[in-house]
Amino acid sequence: MTTLSDAPKESFRLSMLIYDSRYRSLTIQFVALLGFMLVVAWLVSNTLQNLEALGKPIDFGFFSEPASYDINQRLIDYNSRDSHLRASFVGLLNTLLVAVMGCALATVMGVVIGVMRLSKNWMLSRIMTVYVELFRNVPVLLWIVFFMAILIETLPPPNAFRGETPSASMWLWDSMAVTNRGIYMPEPLFSRGLGDVSFFGAFNISLELIALVVALIAGFWASGRIKARADRIQEATGDRPTTWYLRLAVVVLPFAVILILLGFHLGYPALKGFNFQGGIHMRNSLIALWLALSFYTAAFIAENVRAGILAVSGGQTEAAEALGLRPNRIMSLVVLPQALRVIIPPLISQYLNLTKNSSLAIAVGYMDITGTLGGITMNQTGRELECVLLLMLVYLIISLSISLVMNWYNKRVKLVER
Amino acid sequence: MANVSYVRKTMLPEKAPPVTSSGVLGWIRENLFSTPLNVILTLLSAGFAFYVLASILPWIFQSSWTAGSLGECREVIKATYGPDAHGACWAVIRERYLQLIFGFYPAELYWRPILAFVLALVALAPVLFSGLPRQMMRFSAVAPFLVPWLLWGGTFWVPLMVIAGIAVGVIAYNLLSRTVGSLAGIIAAGVLPVLWWIFVTSPLASGLQSIIPLGIEAIPSRSFGGFLLSITIGLVAITASLPIGIVLALGRQSDLLIVKTLCVGFIEFIRGVPLITLLFVASVLLNYFLPPGTDFDIIVRVMIMVTLFASAYMAEVVRGGLAALPSGQYEAADALGLDYWKSQRLIIMPQALKISIPGIVSTFISVFKDTTLVSIIGLLDPLGLSKAIRADVNWNGIVWELYGFIAFVFFIFCFSMSRYSMYLERKLQTGHR
Repeated sequence: MTTLSDAPKESFRLSMLIYDSRYRSLTIQFVALLGFMLVVAWLVSNTLQNLEALGKPIDFGFFSEPASYDINQRLIDYNSRDSHLRASFVGLLNTLLVAVMGCALATVMGVVIGVMRLSKNWMLSRIMTVYVELFRNVPVLLWIVFFMAILIETLPPPNAFRGETPSASMWLWDSMAVTNRGIYMPEPLFSRGLGDVSFFGAFNISLELIALVVALIAGFWASGRIKARADRIQEATGDRPTTWYLRLAVVVLPFAVILILLGFHLGYPALKGFNFQGGIHMRNSLIALWLALSFYTAAFIAENVRAGILAVSGGQTEAAEALGLRPNRIMSLVVLPQALRVIIPPLISQYLNLTKNSSLAIAVGYMDITGTLGGITMNQTGRELECVLLLMLVYLIISLSISLVMNWYNKRVKLVER
Repeated sequence: MANVSYVRKTMLPEKAPPVTSSGVLGWIRENLFSTPLNVILTLLSAGFAFYVLASILPWIFQSSWTAGSLGECREVIKATYGPDAHGACWAVIRERYLQLIFGFYPAELYWRPILAFVLALVALAPVLFSGLPRQMMRFSAVAPFLVPWLLWGGTFWVPLMVIAGIAVGVIAYNLLSRTVGSLAGIIAAGVLPVLWWIFVTSPLASGLQSIIPLGIEAIPSRSFGGFLLSITIGLVAITASLPIGIVLALGRQSDLLIVKTLCVGFIEFIRGVPLITLLFVASVLLNYFLPPGTDFDIIVRVMIMVTLFASAYMAEVVRGGLAALPSGQYEAADALGLDYWKSQRLIIMPQALKISIPGIVSTFISVFKDTTLVSIIGLLDPLGLSKAIRADVNWNGIVWELYGFIAFVFFIFCFSMSRYSMYLERKLQTGHR
C-alpha cells in the first residue's frame, strides 16, 4: 500500500539563489539594480560635492534674468532685454522650423531621387547613384559649412542690385531678392487685419492666420465628407459621381473669400540704404542649414524609397494588370500602399536623424536651441549642468514625440493594409 | 522533274542581329533612347552632367600647386591659363597636408602614427578577409595594446601591465573554478582585472619603468589633430562599440525585467539626443560627475562619449538581426541542451551578426563621419584645422580647396567601407536569411 504524500518540501538554502535557475534570474536582476543604483549614487554625490566646491548649487533662477544677446532669425518677438527662458524658446522654435522645413524638402527630394535611381534610363540612374554616394559618404557638418560657403561666396551682395545697370537682378518678377546676406521674399499682409491674440502672454499669433488655418481644415473635412459620400454611392450603385470640382471648391472657395475679405496683399522687399527692407528675410545660416540637411537626408531617404519599391514583387503589378487596373491606379492602389509599409519605419528614423543633426546649426551661427540654451546662455551664465541637461531633455522630448506620432501613423497604415 | 526538293536540307548560318539592337548601338538604344520620355531624360541628364563637369573640371585642373599664398596662387593661375581662369589653389594642400593629416604631432615622430595605422590594418585584415591565415589573429589580439602605445608613447610597461591584468583574470578563473566553484571563478575573472587596472597598473608600471626604463617619448593628446584624430576616435569607437552593442542588444532582448529596462532606457536616451549634446557633456559636464580633482584628457572623454553613442546604435542594429532570426533557431538551440551563452555564441550570434552586417557597417560609417563634430567643442580635427588655416594671413579667403580635400578623404574612407560591406554580404549569402 502506498500513501500519497506531498512532494518533499525543499528547504530554501542560500546557495539556491545562485545555482537554482528559478532564483538565479532574481539574483542577477538584484545585483544589476544594486550596481546601477550604486553608480548613480556615486555620480550624484560627486556632482553635489563638485558643485558645493564651486559654490554653484543647482538653480534655474537664471532663466528669468535678461538674456542680453540678439537672435537675428526668429519666429516670435524677441529683443535682448527678454529673459533667457524666452531666448531658449525662440531657439526651440528655430529648431522646429528647420526640422519641419528639412523633413518636407528631404522627403520630396528623396522620393524623386529614389524613383529616378530606379529609372531604366542608364544616364539618369547613374547620376542619381553618384548623388546618393556623394552625399552619404561625406559628413553632414562638412556639407553644412560647404553650403554656407556657397551662399556667401557665389551670391551677389545687396549693392550689386543698385544703380542704373545693376549686375544682379531680383527673381520672379522683381519679388524675390537672392543675396549673399540671405533671401528676401514677399510677405503676406492684410489691409483689414483682425489683430493678434496673445497666448499665455508669451507669444502672439495673428487672428488672420488662425482664420485661414480653420478655413483650410474645414475645407479638407468637407472634401473628405464628399469623398465618403461618393464612395458610398459607388458601393451601392457601382457608379461614381464626379466630385473633383466640388472637392476643389469647398477647399479653395472659403480660403479665397477669407483672403479677399481680409484685404490680402504682398509686401515686397525693396532696396533701401545698404540692404533690402520689408518682406520676409531668410538668413544664410537658415538656408544653408536647411539645404544641407535636406540634401544629405534625401540621399538616405532615396535609398529607403528604392528599397521599398524593390520590395514589392513584380507579381503584384502583373496581378493588378490582369485585373484590368489602369497604370496610375496600379501605382496608387497596389504598389504604393505596400511599398509605404516598408518605407515608413526607416523614414521615421531619418526624420529623427535630421532633427538631431539640426543641432549642428551652431557651426553656421543659426540660433537654434543648441545655439541659445546650449550656447550663449550656457556661456553667459556658467550654468553648464542645468543647460546641458535641459538641452538633452528638450531633444529627448522632440525625438520621442516624433517617433510616437510616426509610429501611430505606421500602425494605421499597417491596419489599413492587412 | 527530278530531285527537286522544297525543303532546305542544310541549315543556313546564323545571321548577325541588326546593328541597332546589338553591341554598343543596341545598348545605347535600349538604355538611353527607347521612348520619347527616355530621350528627353537622357538629354536633360547629359546636359546637367556636362554643366557640372564643365564648371568643376577646369577649376580642378587649371590649378596651381606651387605658391606661398592665395594671392600668389591667383597670379600664377592667371599667368599660366589666361586672365579668365579660376583654378584651384592646391598649393595650400601641398603646404599643409601634413598638418591636416597629423595635426600638431611632432614631425620627427610621424613614423609612429604611420606604423600604428599599418599595424591596425594588419590586425584588421584577418577579421575582414577570411582567406588570410588564422595565425594572424594572434597579432590582432595584441594590436589593441600596441597601437595606443605607439600613438601616445610613454613607458612600454603600461600596455604590458594592462595585458597582465587579463592574465590575472584568466589565472584567477582557472584556480577558483577548480577549487571553489565556477561561479566564484567567473566573479573573480570579472572583478580582479578591473581592480588590477585601477589600483595596480600605474604604480607598478612606473616602478618597473624606474628600474628598467623601456619607453618612447610620450605625446600629449592635445598634439593630436587632423585625420589622425578622426581616425583614432573613429577606430576606438568602432572597435569598442560592437561588443558593448551586442551586450546591450542581448540585455534588451532578455527576460530579466530590470536588466531589460536599464538597457532600453540607456539605448533610447542615447538615441534620443544629438551627439553634440553628448560632446558637451564630455567637454563641460564630465568633470562634475567624477570625483573632485580627477582631470583626464579631453580626447579620452570624447572617445568615451562617442563610444557610448555608437554602442546604442549598434545595439539597435544587432537587435534587428536577433529579431529577424526565426524562433526555430532559438528552440533548436534549447533542444540541443545548450545553455544561454553557448547557444548565443554557437547558434544565434553568428547568424544574427551576419544578417546585421549592412547595418553594422553603416553605423561604422556614420560614427566615422560624426567624428567631425568634435571640431565644435574645439578639438582640431580636419574641419577645426581648416578654420585655423584660413585664419593664416597667406591663406585668408581660401574655402573650396580645403573643404574639397577633406570631403575627398572622408569619401574615400566611407565609400570603401560601404563597398566592403557589399562584398561581405555577397560572400556570406547562403541563399536564405
